[in-house]
Amino acid sequence: MPFEELPHTADWALRVWAANLPALFSEAARGMNTLSGAALDAAPRLERDFVASGADAESLLVAFLSELVYYAEQEHTGFDSFGIELGVAGKDTHWLRAVFHGARLSQLHKAIKAVTYHRLDIVQTAHGYEVTIVFDV
Amino acid sequence: MNIDNLIKISDYEWEIPTHVRHNMRVPVRIFATRDLLEQVIEDKSLEQAANAATLPGLVGHVVVMPDMHQGYGFPIGGVAATEYPRGVVSPGAIGYDINCGVRLLASRLAHESVKDDMDRLATLLNNYCPSGVGTEGVVSVTVHELDAVLRDGAQWALKHGYATENDLRRTEEGGRLEGAKPEKVSQRAKQRGREQIGSLGAGNHFIEVDVIDEIFDEEAASAMGLVRGNLAVQIHCGSRGLGHQVCTDYVQDFQGAVRRYGIELPDRELVCAPLDSPEGQAYLGAMRAAANFAFANRQLLAFSARRAFEEAFAGKVKRGWELTPVYDITHNMGKIETHEIDGRLVKVCVHRKGATRAFGPGTPELPEEYRAIGQPVIIPGSMGTASWVLAGTAESMKRSFGSSCHGAGRVMSRAKAKREVRGEDLRNELQRRGIQIRTGSLAGLAEEAPQAYKDVDDVVETVSAAGIARKVARLRPVAVIKG
Repeated sequence: MPFEELPHTADWALRVWAANLPALFSEAARGMNTLSGAALDAAPRLERDFVASGADAESLLVAFLSELVYYAEQEHTGFDSFGIELGVAGKDTHWLRAVFHGARLSQLHKAIKAVTYHRLDIVQTAHGYEVTIVFDV
Repeated sequence: MNIDNLIKISDYEWEIPTHVRHNMRVPVRIFATRDLLEQVIEDKSLEQAANAATLPGLVGHVVVMPDMHQGYGFPIGGVAATEYPRGVVSPGAIGYDINCGVRLLASRLAHESVKDDMDRLATLLNNYCPSGVGTEGVVSVTVHELDAVLRDGAQWALKHGYATENDLRRTEEGGRLEGAKPEKVSQRAKQRGREQIGSLGAGNHFIEVDVIDEIFDEEAASAMGLVRGNLAVQIHCGSRGLGHQVCTDYVQDFQGAVRRYGIELPDRELVCAPLDSPEGQAYLGAMRAAANFAFANRQLLAFSARRAFEEAFAGKVKRGWELTPVYDITHNMGKIETHEIDGRLVKVCVHRKGATRAFGPGTPELPEEYRAIGQPVIIPGSMGTASWVLAGTAESMKRSFGSSCHGAGRVMSRAKAKREVRGEDLRNELQRRGIQIRTGSLAGLAEEAPQAYKDVDDVVETVSAAGIARKVARLRPVAVIKG
C-alpha cells in the first residue's frame, strides 16, 4: 500500500506517495478509505463526476478528498477507483477533472469531519510525489 | 520547541517569548505544570501555539490551557484575541466542529435511590438520542425551516416545544448568536445539517449520566442546583456535518483571501481574513449560523434525554427526575467581546478552540443567579474518570480573555489507543466499576479510553491553582452513551 498512518495525538495523519499526481490523489483517497474502515457493496456500481479549480495542487487535493467525505456522510457512498486528470490553466489556476467509481457503503467505522491544510505540501521526490494529509476526526 | 525555550512565570504559568520565532506578534502564555508540559512536549502543541501567535491583529497574548494537545494548525486548548475590526478571523482557529460544547442538566434524584435503574436508563438514552457515524437526528427539517434554525438557534427549539425559557436563560448567548447569516452557509452545508438536528454523532461526543460526587463550593453549587449524591447529565456535541462543511468551505475560500490581503502565515490551516472585510464578515455570519445550529442540536438532545428520564422514572419515584438546566457552554467558537488589555477596554474577536468561556462574577452576560458566583464551566472527563463543574473568576477575565480549559486533553493517538486497549475489555471493565456503556462501535470506545487522556484532575488543579477557574463540584460517571 503506498500510504501509511503517522502518529497524531488527536486526529489522523496519512503519508501518501505515488509515481505521479493523479496516482497520488487516488492513493490518498484509498488511504482515507482504509483509515475510516470504509467497505463497499459489491453492486450496483456507481459513478460520479467531479470538477474543481484552485490555486495549486494542494487546494485540489483538499477539494477532491472533501468531496469524498461529503459523499460518505450524505449519500452513504464510497469510491475505490478514480479517473483523474490534472492540469494548469495559467498562473495560480490549476484544474482537476475526475470520475469516481464506487458503490454504497456497506460499512464505515469512523467518520472524517474534514480534510485539513495543516502542513500540507505535495513534494516531488526521486520516485514521484509525496504528501502528508491531516484529517480532523 | 522544548521547555528550555519557555520562561517560567510560576509553577502554573509559562511563556513562549516573541524572540523564539521571528514572526510571532505576541507572546504565548501557557497554563500548565511542568508535568503537564512534559506530557505534550513530544507533540506539536507548542509549535502550533507559536504559529497561532503570528496571526495579524493579535492583542495581549495567545493563551494555552493545560489540556492542550496538538491540533491541525491551532493547538487544542488555545485562545487568541484579535482586535476588532483591524485584526483577523481565522476559521481554523475555531475549528470544524463549530460550537462544539457541553450542556449540563441536573436532577433532584438521588443516585442511591435509583441505582438499579441505570441499565434501563442507559438503554432509553441510547434509544432516544441518535448517535453514530452519519446518524440522522430526532427531527428532519426543510431547507427553508433550516434557515430559521440557523438564525434562531435554541430559540427555534423553544418555539417548537423542545425547550423551556429557563433552558435558554442558562445557555451561553441565550442559545442564539446575533448576526447569523444563513445565506452565507452553502447549500451543501445545509444538506448535511437538514437531517442531523438532535443527533450526537460519533468521535469523542457523548451523553453521560453522572453522580454529583463532591461539592467544593456550596454557594455556587446551590445556585447551580447541584446536590451531592444526585444525578446529572452531560451532553457533549456540536454542529455536526453542517459546521464541518461551513469550516471546510471558508478555509478553502480564505486560501485566496490571504493572498489578496498580503497575509503571510506559517501554516495554511491558519488562513484568515480581516474581520471587517467582506470575506471576514461572510465567515462570521456563517459561523454564527452554524453555532446556532449546534445550540439547537444540544437543546433537542436535552429534550430527548428528558424523555428518557421521564420514561425511566415517572410514576416510579414521586419527584426529582425532571432535568433542569445548569448551563450550556461552547468550547469551539469565535466571539466579539470587550476585554481590558493593558489598562484599556478593547473590542476583540476571541477565538477559543478547545477552550471554554469562563466569565467571572459580575459579568452582565450571565443570568442573574450566576452573576455573584461566575459562569459555570463544564469540564467533561474521559468516560471512566471524573468530570468537573468550575466557575469563572475575576482572574480569568484579566489573564485568559475570560477562558478556561475544556476537558482532559488527549495524550495518546487513536491508533495507539486501539492497539493498547480492546473495546470489549474496556466496556467490561467500566461496567464492573458500575458504569453502564452503550456504544455503536467498540473500536471507537477503545479510541476514547481513559488512558488516552491526561488526568482531568491534574488539569483542573492547574486552572484552579492558576486562579482562572474555581472548583465547584466533581461528577462521577454511572452511564455513558457514545456514537
